[in-house]
Amino acid sequence: MTLVYTWSTIVIMVLSTTVGDTLLARAMKQVGDLSELRRTRGILAVVKAAMLNLDMLAALFFFAVGFFTLLVSLSWADLSLVVPATASLTFVTNAIAAKLFLRENVDGRRWAANILVCIGVALLAS
Amino acid sequence: MTFRKYLVLAAMVVFGSLGDLLLKRGMSALGPISIHDWTHAITALFNPWVACGVILLIGFFAAYSSALSWADLTYVMPATSLGYVFIALLSVFVLHENVSVTRWIGIILISSGVAVIGQSHNTTEKIAHGPEAIL
Repeated sequence: MTLVYTWSTIVIMVLSTTVGDTLLARAMKQVGDLSELRRTRGILAVVKAAMLNLDMLAALFFFAVGFFTLLVSLSWADLSLVVPATASLTFVTNAIAAKLFLRENVDGRRWAANILVCIGVALLAS
Repeated sequence: MTFRKYLVLAAMVVFGSLGDLLLKRGMSALGPISIHDWTHAITALFNPWVACGVILLIGFFAAYSSALSWADLTYVMPATSLGYVFIALLSVFVLHENVSVTRWIGIILISSGVAVIGQSHNTTEKIAHGPEAIL
């Protein structure tokens, strides 16, 4: 039964991380280069620009869901299973979300890199 | 890519993997959390190991947000996976643990994936406009 619970938490983490990553990437594209902003307008301007962005706030909510699910999952299962299993599945879902929702140019090289890393992380977890 | 941007990616790798390690250390000490008593996940934040893990993960989040402000998600994601290689190398050379052949193959695949993505442009605009955009 613990295995069912563990994999249920992994699915929740993959979904919440993918939505969070996509929203965060969209928020950061709207805000612009943070190091450039910090250089020209200071660190407070960076914090203000990030924290007033609705996508950023929504991303934080989904990351919080993922974080507390991770805590529960880590109390049942090994770090060497939970984190790599979540990460390897997230590589695939993030690449699909980036192509569909962020309109990123996910060319052959990026797919190859993501698939190599996904298989590599799965092997590390085995 | 400037040296400063490589530093941001390195900070992501170190903070992310060490943060996860500290969370696991803390949650192992606290014991399993029951589905019916999930509020223990919130009180777990007061465990010193979990609290230190959260501080490192805030550092990871800051570096991750910064990286996403100048690079694509599909560029940054593979770079973060170097953390697993970092943890595996630490376990071999510092903890003197045995790493199986399967895990070494995993490390080689992750490193190859990061090397492949490292040779591409970090944003979609530069890919879309071709070599002229770089000149």
